[in-house]
Amino acid sequence: MKLEVLGTGCAKCKTLEEVAKEAVAKFGGFHEVKKVDDIMDIMNYGVMSTPALAIDGKVVSSGRSLSVDEVLEYMKGARS
Amino acid sequence: MFDWLDQASAWFVFDTLGIASKSHFGVALHFFIYDTIKILLLLLSIIYIVTLVRSYFPVEKARAYISGKHKVTGHVLAAVFGVITPFCSCSAIPLFLGFLQARIPLGVTFSYLISAPLSDAVVIALLLSFFGWKIALLYVGIGLIIAIIAGLIIGAMNLESEVLIEVKPLDHVEYEEQELLFKHRLHEAWEYTLDIFKKIYLYVFIGVGIGAFIHGYVPAEFISKYAGGDAWYAPLIAVVMGIPMYSSASGILPLVEVLTDKGMLLGTALSFMMAVVALSLPEALILKRVLSWKLIGIFFGVVGFGILLTGYLFNIIL
Repeated sequence: MKLEVLGTGCAKCKTLEEVAKEAVAKFGGFHEVKKVDDIMDIMNYGVMSTPALAIDGKVVSSGRSLSVDEVLEYMKGARS
Repeated sequence: MFDWLDQASAWFVFDTLGIASKSHFGVALHFFIYDTIKILLLLLSIIYIVTLVRSYFPVEKARAYISGKHKVTGHVLAAVFGVITPFCSCSAIPLFLGFLQARIPLGVTFSYLISAPLSDAVVIALLLSFFGWKIALLYVGIGLIIAIIAGLIIGAMNLESEVLIEVKPLDHVEYEEQELLFKHRLHEAWEYTLDIFKKIYLYVFIGVGIGAFIHGYVPAEFISKYAGGDAWYAPLIAVVMGIPMYSSASGILPLVEVLTDKGMLLGTALSFMMAVVALSLPEALILKRVLSWKLIGIFFGVVGFGILLTGYLFNIIL
């Protein structure tokens, strides 16, 4: 899976990146976590409120900071 | 609604501490204790409720809805969505670009951008706490009108070339509902409320502290004489002073409450509050990354003028 954290550098965006990494470690297996901070790239996802999280190119959450458990749930949801 | 608190505070200050109920210090202390507890309770609960309700109206949904609507309907919708969607000035840019991307006209985008900060959760919470629901509703109503008219004016000026970034339009704007459990919403709203609370509580304390001092020590005649009661230039000064103030809005409102109590006209107070929240220098600097100074200048000019008119209008009719 490829997790993308979309955010232009607000404090919450950095937190979400950390949370995503932690979730990946807990989930097990190899999954990529990438930070997308170019505003035009973010716009291409149709997201207007950051931080947002996309899994395999699909936006699962925007405008909210997430907990590790929530990211894990999204990852499970994306796998099935 | 808060009689019990008034009595508890009076009991504490006058009976327990034994301070004379007629003394300046007694009056000020009683007011300080009563007012801070009341405001903190109201702030926490109102911000919480507003945030929770707003979690059902993400801005992406608003965009999909406004996109493709008739122009005038667009202005009205944009202003209304500005009130009910969550907004933070830090996300002004993605929002701005996102609207243009969906082929929403520049003027309609501005209607949203003016309406959203005006009806910020904190401002509504503070207005409700200090002035009651009638004034709060009046404030939101005027905010909508200013946002719609200012957006129409900016839209009529053909300023599209003043947007510094070229926006590639999306052919098809859709919004997919994100599933979110109610308990997550509750939790999220609470986190957000605490976040805001931590940012503003100190300002509230200081504001109420100064307010309490004025309440106890400064006679009303003094305020109406020097803080310009019905002087014609009072709203003008209020707007000019309001622009550089931003994060301190929460500290200024308690003061405004006391000042209106002591004779400052409500129109002046309203225009001051609107200038504080709708026109902020930090927001101008953020917008500078995508807009020319000319467009920002027009934006501030039009909105400032609208706020000023509101101030005068209310000083005359209220």
